Amino acid sequence: MATTPTSTPAPPPSPKTNRIGLQVLDYRGGKTTLCAGCGHNAISERIIDAFYDMGIQPERVMKLSGIGCSSKSPAYFMSRSHSFNSVHGRMPSVATGATLANRSMMGLSVSGDGDSVSIGAGQFVHLMRRNLPLIYIIEDNGVYGLTKGQFSATADVGSTLKTGVINDLPPIDICALAIELGATFVGRSFSGDKRQLHNMIKAAISHKGTVMLDVISPCVTFNDHEGSTKSYKYMKDHEEAIHEVGFVPHFENIDVDYDPGTTTDVRMHDGSHLRLRKLNTDWNPKNRIAAMTALHESNERGEVLTGVLYINTEKPNFVDLLNMTEEPLATLPEKTVRPPKEVLDKVMASLM
Amino acid sequence: MATSDVAVQSAGSRSDQKKVVNDFSIQVATVNGSGSQSANNVLLRSIFRMGIPVSGKNLFPSNIAGLPTWYTIRASKHGYVARKKEIDFLIAMNPETAKEDVTSLSPGAAVVYDEPLNLQSLRSDLTFYPVPYDKIVATVCPDAKLRKLVKNMIYVGVVAQLLNIDMARVEKEVEKQFAKKERAKQLNLAAIHAGYDYAKASLTKADPFSVEESNQTTGKIIIDGNAAAALGAMFAGVTVVTWYPITPSSSVVEQLIEYLKRYRVTPDGKATFAVVQAEDELAAIGMVLGAGWAGARSMTATSGPGISLMAEFIGLGYYAELPGVIFDIQRVGPSTGLPTRTSQGDILFCATLSHGDTKHVLLLPSSVSECFSMAIEAFDLAEKLQTPVFVLSDLDLGMNNWMSDPFAYPDKPIDRGKVLSKQDLERLGGFARYKDVDGDAIPYRTLPGTDHPAAAYFTRGTGHNEKAQYSERGDDYQNNMERLDRKFETARTLVPKPEIVANGTSKIGVIAYGTTDFAMKESRDQLTNEFDLKTDYLRLRAYPFTREVHEFVAQHERIYVVEQNRDGQMLSLLKLDLAADQVTKLRSVRHYNGLPIDARSVTDDIVSQEGK
Repeated sequence: MATTPTSTPAPPPSPKTNRIGLQVLDYRGGKTTLCAGCGHNAISERIIDAFYDMGIQPERVMKLSGIGCSSKSPAYFMSRSHSFNSVHGRMPSVATGATLANRSMMGLSVSGDGDSVSIGAGQFVHLMRRNLPLIYIIEDNGVYGLTKGQFSATADVGSTLKTGVINDLPPIDICALAIELGATFVGRSFSGDKRQLHNMIKAAISHKGTVMLDVISPCVTFNDHEGSTKSYKYMKDHEEAIHEVGFVPHFENIDVDYDPGTTTDVRMHDGSHLRLRKLNTDWNPKNRIAAMTALHESNERGEVLTGVLYINTEKPNFVDLLNMTEEPLATLPEKTVRPPKEVLDKVMASLM
Repeated sequence: MATSDVAVQSAGSRSDQKKVVNDFSIQVATVNGSGSQSANNVLLRSIFRMGIPVSGKNLFPSNIAGLPTWYTIRASKHGYVARKKEIDFLIAMNPETAKEDVTSLSPGAAVVYDEPLNLQSLRSDLTFYPVPYDKIVATVCPDAKLRKLVKNMIYVGVVAQLLNIDMARVEKEVEKQFAKKERAKQLNLAAIHAGYDYAKASLTKADPFSVEESNQTTGKIIIDGNAAAALGAMFAGVTVVTWYPITPSSSVVEQLIEYLKRYRVTPDGKATFAVVQAEDELAAIGMVLGAGWAGARSMTATSGPGISLMAEFIGLGYYAELPGVIFDIQRVGPSTGLPTRTSQGDILFCATLSHGDTKHVLLLPSSVSECFSMAIEAFDLAEKLQTPVFVLSDLDLGMNNWMSDPFAYPDKPIDRGKVLSKQDLERLGGFARYKDVDGDAIPYRTLPGTDHPAAAYFTRGTGHNEKAQYSERGDDYQNNMERLDRKFETARTLVPKPEIVANGTSKIGVIAYGTTDFAMKESRDQLTNEFDLKTDYLRLRAYPFTREVHEFVAQHERIYVVEQNRDGQMLSLLKLDLAADQVTKLRSVRHYNGLPIDARSVTDDIVSQEGK
């Protein structure tokens, strides 16, 4: 088509596309039905941007969720990806089955603090242990939204409901839990921290194991008041980024300068680089014990540490451990999955 | 003179009676964990090798070691393989239960017992054979630590001598069982011979029971139902297996793992399957449905308590239309119940499992051969119908050894159901996930990874319309539920048809299913021979009931539904399905003491209800 004379008027500028020729529109979903200002909507936007930027074919992604406001959100991004909104607290098992059925797919799961840390604590724990290749985002607001404002298990001691009820049970720190259990990429972010979350999701896409991102995502209707520790204001005052999260995708020039003195470089599985630039603290993201200690200390201080808390790019994931064939199990042909008659004859003979 | 020098022959024994050949039951009463399983297996298989139809049943406690266990072997020239109520030949090894075991025998039975137990004083109408096990074992097993295990083999020798079991066959079985353990083989063989020699020298045959070479088992195999189901699953092309250990289902997956490791690995050493031991049954079924959704042939195996936990997910599977196969090896409920005893107690629960209006396909194997063939059918049905399918076996079938003809290799290719490919979508332009296109109420689906912008859809347990969009509209909900109902009608035409034995003149029809079938041939023979009651018989093989079931009920005046639960669960399902004027024909025969149903109990119940 480039052979036509140049005298014709210039065509209208083609819409911006990513490295696989898709527009950001191709990553959009249905119109959100969540409240205006809900942190979850901002997270959906970051997911759209990150998958667009990374040039991930939407058809190669499976979206998975449980039940709750957070779990509705997969309907609001990437409509061209298959999606499975399952049952309350049990999405990890569905994600596990789906991933084993088709290892070539990228799993992107969204859950909430109620879905993952109360009813789903059992499945969450075992998902982390298995290090299944999966991005697991918890949209964490410390409260049950759909049932109108009860405390969840991530609500801090002393935080209050809108009605004034004070929480007197200790919170479960999902990040410390995930690190303890064996997740290989654990981060905490804030739905209002656009740049950090964007880069963390891009890094998550490049990781080959369980990525657990706890994203504080204020509930504007039930938990954004004075007395809440999951409000926009509280996060503004208490967020403590442990480093600046930078990311250089594998398809870009990796030779971007960085100062090894102030920046930790993590080479990701796909050749991308996670660049963590030191802020106030020295943070070695490969040290589990130090990460857990720091998390517990920050909880004592009432600070919310954000950033890539822990990463391990070496540990084999669950799919590796199962020694499965490269071809997805879902589409193996009959000749591969049904042994020939000679095998049955042999087994029968052994039973005679 | 030691009491063992001669057989203690009591008055009233049947020594003067006619010989009873190839038609008796042996019970070995022992202690869990004492290693009697090998001995019992050798006995069972030796009789089998002599061409005599046998069945073996292990009645065991929910315990690792130390509690009473009974193993019964039935030899039947008639081919009856159900549990026989009466024990003819008791091998009393357990001091704890010996007294009760002997007390419950019918007159004329024989007892082989450990001499110090002094059981001969308990009854005068039995034949007693004392065996000084400790003395004999000391001569063949110098290692005191091994004596406990070897001791059991002595009774194999004693019984072989008393019942005339061919020793060459016994030896062959021992060699087979201990093929890779030379020392164990020698020790066990020595113990058997010592038992045999002792019996020959010191016991006088005084009971009527014996075996004679026959040809009724030629070409047959012996296998347990769980292994058969595992084999079926492998040949069905299962790719994702998830489970949580629970008696009596664990050996389905344990044996499946062995088969898969041997026969489902690519030349470069890669697995064409994934097996996950899940954290609980909730996760096991979640993984099954996730895998089924993404296109795998997925399954789990469990028992009652696991089914209870799976209820919520099964509702999702029904409503979101996800394939998956659930093997329920039924045990006795409710709650933990009797974990090592058998029942058909999950029928009604599985048929309508989960909240809301739900109905599920149940397959009802009644032989090891059907455990195999129905496993294969279950995977095809689950994908064809896009719904969870249950295979309802039970402990009796699953964990006991059964004779069978060798299994037939599947004669049909794998049927993956209505799945649209990229090319289909290019042709169609798009699709509506829950639309009834073909009039059979089965919609089309796509698999994640289908490379077409219109391939994706949103799977959910919330209300949805034909396009899989979220909907709370009453008409959308109702249309969808009615289509699901119609889909169940389609299932009615696809599930295995019942097996019917009818002479066309009987007024009485009997309906049974699963392991109840083992007792039915024998019971119907008893009814005919002893009470002149001729019956027709229908063996259910699936739910929903096919047309033939309705016809069978219509053709008879009275229908006895025989099953192994308290509440007549299949009877309840039949009542839901039959017209009001047919329902009044139904009568119920139930057996639910945890032991496999026996023919005599069925016969007595029917005779009593017939007013005979």
